[in-house]
Amino acid sequence: MSEKKMTIGIPKEPYGYQMRVSVAPQNIERLLKLGYEVLVQHDAGVKADLYDEQYVAQGARIVDEAAAWGADVVVCMNTPPDEQLAQMHPGALLITRVNPRANPQLLDKFESMGITVLALDCVPRISRAQSLDVLSSMMNIAGYKAVIEAADSFGRLFPGQVTAAGKMPPARVYVIGAGVAGLSAIGTASSMGAIVAATDVRPEVFDQVESLGGEFIEIPVKQESSDGYAREMSSDEQSLAQQLYAEQAAKSDIVITTAQIPGRPSPLLLTAEAIHNMKPGSVIVDMGASEQGSNTELTKVDEAITTDNGVTIIGYTNLANRLPAQASQMFGQNVVNLFKLITPQKDGCYHLDEEDEVVRGMTITRDGQITWPPPPVSVSAAPAPQQAQPAAAAQAEAAPQPRWKKLWWKVLLAALAVVLIAVAPASMANHFIVFMLAVVVGFYVITAVTHSLHTPLMSVTNAISGIIIVGAILLAGTGNMVVTVLAAIAMVIASINIFGGFLVSHRMLKMFQRSSDE
Amino acid sequence: MDNIMVISGAGDMLMDIGIWDAIVRFQSLAYILAALLFILALAGLSKQKTAQRGNVLGMIGMALALVATIVVAVAQSEQVALGTIAIILGTIAIGACIGVWKALRVKMTGMPELVAMLHSFVGAAAVLVGFNSFLMDPGFPSYDNAFHMGEVGLAVFIGAVTFTGSIVAYLKLSAKMSGKPLTLPGRNLINLALVVACVALIAWFVNTVGIEEGLVPLSILTAVSLVLGAHLVLAIGGGDMPVVVSMLNSYSGWAAAMAGFTLGNDLLIITGALVGSSGAYLSYIMCQGMNRSFASVILGGFGGGTPAAAGGGSEEMGEYTEATPQEVAERLKAAKRVVIAPGYGMAVAQAQYPVADLTRKLIDRGVDVKFAIHPVAGRMPGHMNVLLAEAKVPYDNVFEMDEVNDDFGDVDVVLVVGANDTVNPAAETEPSSPIAGMPVMHVWEAGTVVVSKRSMGNAGYAGVQNPLFFNENTDMLLGDAKDSVEAIIAAL
Repeated sequence: MSEKKMTIGIPKEPYGYQMRVSVAPQNIERLLKLGYEVLVQHDAGVKADLYDEQYVAQGARIVDEAAAWGADVVVCMNTPPDEQLAQMHPGALLITRVNPRANPQLLDKFESMGITVLALDCVPRISRAQSLDVLSSMMNIAGYKAVIEAADSFGRLFPGQVTAAGKMPPARVYVIGAGVAGLSAIGTASSMGAIVAATDVRPEVFDQVESLGGEFIEIPVKQESSDGYAREMSSDEQSLAQQLYAEQAAKSDIVITTAQIPGRPSPLLLTAEAIHNMKPGSVIVDMGASEQGSNTELTKVDEAITTDNGVTIIGYTNLANRLPAQASQMFGQNVVNLFKLITPQKDGCYHLDEEDEVVRGMTITRDGQITWPPPPVSVSAAPAPQQAQPAAAAQAEAAPQPRWKKLWWKVLLAALAVVLIAVAPASMANHFIVFMLAVVVGFYVITAVTHSLHTPLMSVTNAISGIIIVGAILLAGTGNMVVTVLAAIAMVIASINIFGGFLVSHRMLKMFQRSSDE
Repeated sequence: MDNIMVISGAGDMLMDIGIWDAIVRFQSLAYILAALLFILALAGLSKQKTAQRGNVLGMIGMALALVATIVVAVAQSEQVALGTIAIILGTIAIGACIGVWKALRVKMTGMPELVAMLHSFVGAAAVLVGFNSFLMDPGFPSYDNAFHMGEVGLAVFIGAVTFTGSIVAYLKLSAKMSGKPLTLPGRNLINLALVVACVALIAWFVNTVGIEEGLVPLSILTAVSLVLGAHLVLAIGGGDMPVVVSMLNSYSGWAAAMAGFTLGNDLLIITGALVGSSGAYLSYIMCQGMNRSFASVILGGFGGGTPAAAGGGSEEMGEYTEATPQEVAERLKAAKRVVIAPGYGMAVAQAQYPVADLTRKLIDRGVDVKFAIHPVAGRMPGHMNVLLAEAKVPYDNVFEMDEVNDDFGDVDVVLVVGANDTVNPAAETEPSSPIAGMPVMHVWEAGTVVVSKRSMGNAGYAGVQNPLFFNENTDMLLGDAKDSVEAIIAAL
């Protein structure tokens, strides 16, 4: 620990609408473990019901505004206004959301201040970086909240019921876009009992949608993405997709749109006409709502409106902000994970490794030098288009080899079986059938056995394989001396198996108990 | 009308048929019931709740099968019936005494040895039954007989391989023989040659006529198979024993099934097939747990083969931190969530009782304690679970690797007791490591890892140094696991 501990400042968020705080009390302990000192501005989390005492109890120190912004590292939800930025030291590290595509002027400001900035919204979409991706964690919460908001405005129940007062059909929820927010919405809505359908331009998310209980409705447009985000569609594709959205929306009670393209206006998914064809009482939650553009033609940003035909359109931006305690804690955990990455020595000093593509991708200025945009990172799951062709060709070449390898012994076994049955005396056929059925039954029964009982399983199978004693017993009384002696030996050892095996299994099985059995 | 006809017809038949026929019918019924009960026994073992009942069903099935068989044997006996009964019951009584004695005496840590030994008995019995079957029905020039002879040859072959293989496994597991693999030059060629020789001997045996002529190839076949079985297992290292034990379990089943074919006995065939497929599936699971192919385990030679190349020096890995039991106790007291990851070392040191004691003490203090079991921890499938159950750790506190592997990040302290390769991060980070690709438990993601280990000198079974031990957040608690854990309890 050569250098002195660095301080992390958690200021009160300067924007009035912001309910959240960047680090919750639950996250403090881990930051301390990494060797930092944590300074929390007085009342920083009060809007999220996170109070100073809770922070102090976890080991943070409560400070005034100047001290929080004056820390070595400042963590906040959004890029602060000039008044707060001015309180930062030159050379300090700011960790926040920047959206440099939309706000290029910020880069110049950081440059002139001479600070280092890690943008939490520029985390590369690779699996290693998932744990510090605030977009994902906020979107996850937002997807949940979108369903809750929809349910609140919806005049009926989600689950279908048959009661004495009549039969109610389940609500139909249609989710457009199965990213993090969309998947979260699908899971929430289906767990509330609704019938959920979803569409995404990327057909590969099919499995994820189905696994959460949604039905995947494909559109005739396919799209692959090299950076994990959806890209904008061509106008042809767009009109095809819009037709499908309109058809599905007309059938649904609740539509949740989640289309956002980083740095660009959100795409239009539902036209005014499509909304007019929806049933009265339906609810649309437009998660793509923004000043630059929204997913529906009638969305009013940050407002819930009702159209002439009785469709409610909820255009709240920043739904995650409406669950501030949870959102703060998850944001804080992402921040902790970032600190883990940049503090390998756990000595309370951060170290920005330029070689690490995650750190590199997030660093937008370094000691006042603009380092954005970073060199491109390709996602392993979705190869870039120019790489796709050779990769596919290689796969096609490689594929038959392992497949053939896996198959060869099956083919061999089958061939052996055919030969065996062909040469065996006819009287054997029944035995072969019995044998084969027993093998199949055996596999099915054994695959159900829980891992923890594998040892007893072995001792029981051991005991029952003592059944070979039957062979010895049948030959014991044949009158042939040698045969009788051999049979006797076989009977002795096989019965050791039977009695020993069953008894030891019994001993073992008696020991397994649950905590409630005590 | 038809029905009545049939019933009265059946009645007439019953009156007419002799006792022999009635016995055969009784035997069929008993065998069907026994086979069904065996299947239900294995099905019962799928859950802890029903496992005891399953075992009892197995016993009932076995009793039924034995009674029916004894009745048949006595009825068809050419000797005095009483003599036959005496021989059968006498030998079973002797075997029962030995079996009961063994079963009551064995320690739970010694289960793998006992199971291996029991496998060898099945193998030996299969060989003897094969010989008997041959003596009763020696070769003569007929097609059916030739086929029967082939079956006898196969039964003896599988039985003998199981027999010596299990004995060697027993010796290795009970540490009466070094666990190091025996790597003879060209051992795979030797195995191949032995297998080819066996096939040739079976072919010769099939074409013999009479007892004297047939006994020669059968004896040579037995001898060669015995050598093959021993050599196969000798070449496999101690840590691959979970696979070997399950594989021998499988073989013993196939041996019983082959014996069933030679005798035309369906109950033997069914039971043998059940046991055989059970063992085969267990071997498959074990291989998956180590990310190795079945073939690579069977071909042997893994582990201890190249310790110098893979071992590296601890100097390269950096410094490790040593902790005293008192410090560990303090850490555990302060923790909210603790996971204990046991390995074979816990079994060797008989540390399961103190570990269970420690668990209870921590739970009483309000600490959330879980166990994380790697699929191949220990020397046979499910070995750790049995040890923990013995020490009265409730089974709902014991989790499989997959159930907890994602949650290590939330754990404050992981206590690794005698595990090494199963918690080695090199399996994921170093493609050149001999254990690369093996699924391992992510204990290093926890706040603190405490590793209880005899000394820094001995690497794990795979002979690979474990970078986990040199992590910043890893504390080494060196010394006998039992003593260490007891010292922690004392310090609590």
